[in-house]
Amino acid sequence: MMRRFGTIVMVLLLGVAISGCAASKKKGGSSVEVEDATIGSTTDSTASGLGADDTTAGEIIVVEGDSQGDLDDPLGQRVVYFDFDSANLTPEAQRVVEAHAQYLASNPGMAVVLEGHADERGTREYNLALGERRANSVSQIFQSLGVPADAIRTISYGEERPVSMGQDEGAWSLNRRVEILY
Amino acid sequence: MTARIIRHFAAWLLLSAAAFSPNAFAKLTIEITEGAGSGIPVAAVPFKWTGNGSPPEDIGAIVSADLYRSGRFDLLPPSDFLSRPSEAAEVRYKDWRLIKAEALIVGKLTRTGEDQYDVSFELLDVYREKVKTGLRFSVKGSQLRQVAHQISDRVFYEMTGIEGAFNTRIAYVTMQQNDTDRTYQLMVADSDGHAPQQILKTTNLPVLSPSWSPNGQWLAYVSFSDEQSGANVWLQDIASGQRRRVARIDGSASAPAWSPDGRAMALTISSSGNTDIYVMQVASGELKRITRDPAIDTEPAWSPDGRYLVFTSDRSGRPHIYRAKADGTGIERLTKEGKENAGASFDPSGERLVMVTNRGRGAGYQIGVFYLATGRTDVLTDGTLDESPTFSKNGTMILYATKMGREGVLAAVSADGRVRQILKLHDGDVREPAWSVSR
Repeated sequence: MMRRFGTIVMVLLLGVAISGCAASKKKGGSSVEVEDATIGSTTDSTASGLGADDTTAGEIIVVEGDSQGDLDDPLGQRVVYFDFDSANLTPEAQRVVEAHAQYLASNPGMAVVLEGHADERGTREYNLALGERRANSVSQIFQSLGVPADAIRTISYGEERPVSMGQDEGAWSLNRRVEILY
Repeated sequence: MTARIIRHFAAWLLLSAAAFSPNAFAKLTIEITEGAGSGIPVAAVPFKWTGNGSPPEDIGAIVSADLYRSGRFDLLPPSDFLSRPSEAAEVRYKDWRLIKAEALIVGKLTRTGEDQYDVSFELLDVYREKVKTGLRFSVKGSQLRQVAHQISDRVFYEMTGIEGAFNTRIAYVTMQQNDTDRTYQLMVADSDGHAPQQILKTTNLPVLSPSWSPNGQWLAYVSFSDEQSGANVWLQDIASGQRRRVARIDGSASAPAWSPDGRAMALTISSSGNTDIYVMQVASGELKRITRDPAIDTEPAWSPDGRYLVFTSDRSGRPHIYRAKADGTGIERLTKEGKENAGASFDPSGERLVMVTNRGRGAGYQIGVFYLATGRTDVLTDGTLDESPTFSKNGTMILYATKMGREGVLAAVSADGRVRQILKLHDGDVREPAWSVSR
């Protein structure tokens, strides 16, 4: 269902082209292990409820159309950025969000995940909430433009998944973002 | 002379720590970066070992390291000792007055069985020429480090009148990154960094906000089940490894904080874009909502008497610390100064908070102590990205996360700001410390 268009490109993030940072690759899988922490214990550890299998990350697909990397096409942009400590969208970001909203509203059955992120300044918990607020801000615009609420899922990773590891405003501005994932 | 003592002793400490530590996991070492230089001069004599080969633990070195880390003692270098007594009867007080020791620690470690040891220790007042206190233990080899920390606690109490916090543990998170993956480990170690144990390991699923249960048996923490789910709070039994999510919650949950009686947990729940504080009964999962503001309300922490919660809220426009009664009534703003304040928790007396503070004008994020009676904030650190401060159970030390260059490390600062140390992990980035109140 996702493979509608001729070219499927695993695009990572807009920031990669700018920063070229290896750490920004989307990960292949995730897993959990729990250890029995008792020294000299003979009982096996029991991690209840979770398997340690890899789960695949959501596929990320860029809707390319005919041309490669047509950056004037707002639908081709999958990341919107924010000012420090803010969940307000710039006019350009607004344009991108509206384009995606229209795409979703006219394709019922499509689902989207909005991933909210923050830069590293401030506490991790506050940034988890800030990422949530940013994702929700995009979600509200989607809903106001006719996207049904159950087509949208929001997840925040706070400051935990930076695309740029620098400790300056250049890096931080790339990390303050919402990613629009299909 | 004091600077020479500190450098000499610090080197000796690091060598002995390296010689006696088991190496199951990459471990923490302690580098003293600043010393007070005006502590009580103490001589800790290496404990006498009556057995074959090396002793299983160097009790005297562990005690010395504990006392030195507190910043309140000057540990005199063993190379200056004129004699090496192991009990009060063997002590020539003149030898100790000559090197200006005020207190003397002596002891013995004896193997009494296959895996059984006797430890005896005495603390002596050099000028009054008498025994202040003594202890005797009969334990297994795996308990010897704990015994040393209990001795340190006793010495600390006798010398300062304050209960010691050496026989405690810390939890922290490490993150190691290669080209494609980030590996997270939730770790528990003794509060001197020794005997680290892996509690949880994940690949690409962040772990944060560990919180100890008051009895030291459980850790609550925040993590992600998979790539599709938001943050959730987990409870894990440290001994068995069994774990569960706290509740089926619509949305995400984070920032767990055990109540002082261990029966409730304050936490943050985000749903439909609103982030608020709730209190959950641990046994039943029953939830009570505490804040109702559309602002971000997060990072709850309990007062020691369980009657209040402090939390971070940006309802004024920027994050600041607020206090509410445990039922959610009587919300008032506490921090009026500074550009931002967040991540607050109480000291054991209930009179102070430790928190992350940003004074603005480019100062960055530092650790501050907020005095509830006066509303005053003392800034204790000078980093730019300092965070997650946690008090020791006696309120004398604060453990927190900071950066050395790009690398995340843990650091400890004495509550009066005089002494600071870095706890360095050899591999990876360390963050999110939490200090237990019991062993």
